[in-house]
Amino acid sequence: MTVLDTEPTSAPSGDALVVLDHVDKHYGDLHVLQDINLEIKRGEVVVVIGPSGSGKSTLCRTINRLETIDSGTIKLDGKELPAEGRGLAKLRAEVGMVFQSFNLFAHKTILQNVTLGPMKVRKLKKAEAEAEAKKLLDRVGVGAQASKYPAQLSGGQQQRVAIARALAMKPQVMLFDEPTSALDPEMVKEVLDVMVSLAKEGMTMIVVTHEMGFARVAADRVVFMADGQIVESNTPAEFFDNPQSERAKDFLGKILKH
Amino acid sequence: MDLFSEYGSAILEAFGLTLRLAVFSGIFSLILGVVLAVFRVSPVPVLRWIGAAVVYTFRNTPLTLVMFFALFGLFYQLKIGASQTAPLNEQNFQLAVIALSVYTSTFVCEVLRSGINTVPLGQAEAARAIGLTFSQNLRLVVLPQALRSVLNPLASVMIAMIKNTTVAVTIGVVTAKGVNEASGQMRTMMENEADQIVLIFIIFAIGFMILTLPVGFLAGWASKKFAVIR
Repeated sequence: MTVLDTEPTSAPSGDALVVLDHVDKHYGDLHVLQDINLEIKRGEVVVVIGPSGSGKSTLCRTINRLETIDSGTIKLDGKELPAEGRGLAKLRAEVGMVFQSFNLFAHKTILQNVTLGPMKVRKLKKAEAEAEAKKLLDRVGVGAQASKYPAQLSGGQQQRVAIARALAMKPQVMLFDEPTSALDPEMVKEVLDVMVSLAKEGMTMIVVTHEMGFARVAADRVVFMADGQIVESNTPAEFFDNPQSERAKDFLGKILKH
Repeated sequence: MDLFSEYGSAILEAFGLTLRLAVFSGIFSLILGVVLAVFRVSPVPVLRWIGAAVVYTFRNTPLTLVMFFALFGLFYQLKIGASQTAPLNEQNFQLAVIALSVYTSTFVCEVLRSGINTVPLGQAEAARAIGLTFSQNLRLVVLPQALRSVLNPLASVMIAMIKNTTVAVTIGVVTAKGVNEASGQMRTMMENEADQIVLIFIIFAIGFMILTLPVGFLAGWASKKFAVIR
């Protein structure tokens, strides 16, 4: 049974899975995250949008501690993130991450990319891990490429493998850090389709993206960030049709004009 | 050719000793070099400091000094490095291997470290993101890619090491029959056969090339075969 087989739930089921509480972070003089408070419920799909340099990618990366924070707390399923060591590694296994640049392990085949975590972290037997991996690869439509190396695949295929690799860990929440920004336009849809179906199946997702279409279709909530702060947080319909802040109006005006 | 009929077996035995020095030193220097490289990229400051201290010390000291230190400092004064009761030739052989391994490992370490720098940060981040620990990350993701990118420079280090076995002559490394390693044997022959010095040089130069050329060819082939395509 994979994460993908879990029963579809349309609405977030309630309890808070990821909680950011008064989170601050600086890069030298730059205050990239300013007093961030955000609660993501189990099963909720939150899309984070905002102009470049607004801190949205940094925010995403703090949730599995690829970025450290200066103050505040981040809790996953009620437990605060450990600072380092095995505890942190264990927590990261619960948080799936999909990167802008795919970051598939270049020296491993597609199948090995997906089985590495389950075998080394979850201690699954090879046969078991491979059976699960093949199911996931079929599910994202790249089952036929299992024995190839990442460089032999298109960007869209690589990103779908990256999603399968993250799902293989059976994470509680999936982070997407601009998953389609490095893709050729014709490959964006195949990745978004996988993400939409994941969202429909009830996966908790935090998605940093510029794909407004995805936000409208799949998001339960849109969080708009600017200059290191959360400026607005609303349903997609409300946010896109009736933005409250000047910053959001300005941003939407710029991107929706074309 | 009477040079071969008289010295043939001694030449072979001399190169045999050279080869043994090279094989043992090669294995130990690769292992120690990996350990040093792991120390140098480790998140633990003390390990990083130890790694850097070893590399800076032995990479910047002439091998002859290291070799002498192994014999006179390590063995005669500190009484470590080889068994006190072993035959003299075995003691010296072990000390030469220790000196050559430690010296060469610092170069292996620095080559590996430059290899680690060629692995994109995203690879290590992805490994961390699926929950691999620091050591799993190094062992399964970063080092395998780093190693593949530095096979050629690593071969250069190994070739230099093979040629550096000649320094073992300074602490009198000999076989059980009393034959020196190759350069020592060459000196003996030049003293005895002063009218054939050029030929003797050529014989030994070819002998070393027979040992070193395959290392370079092998590395060139392997680096193509195992190249990481990005």
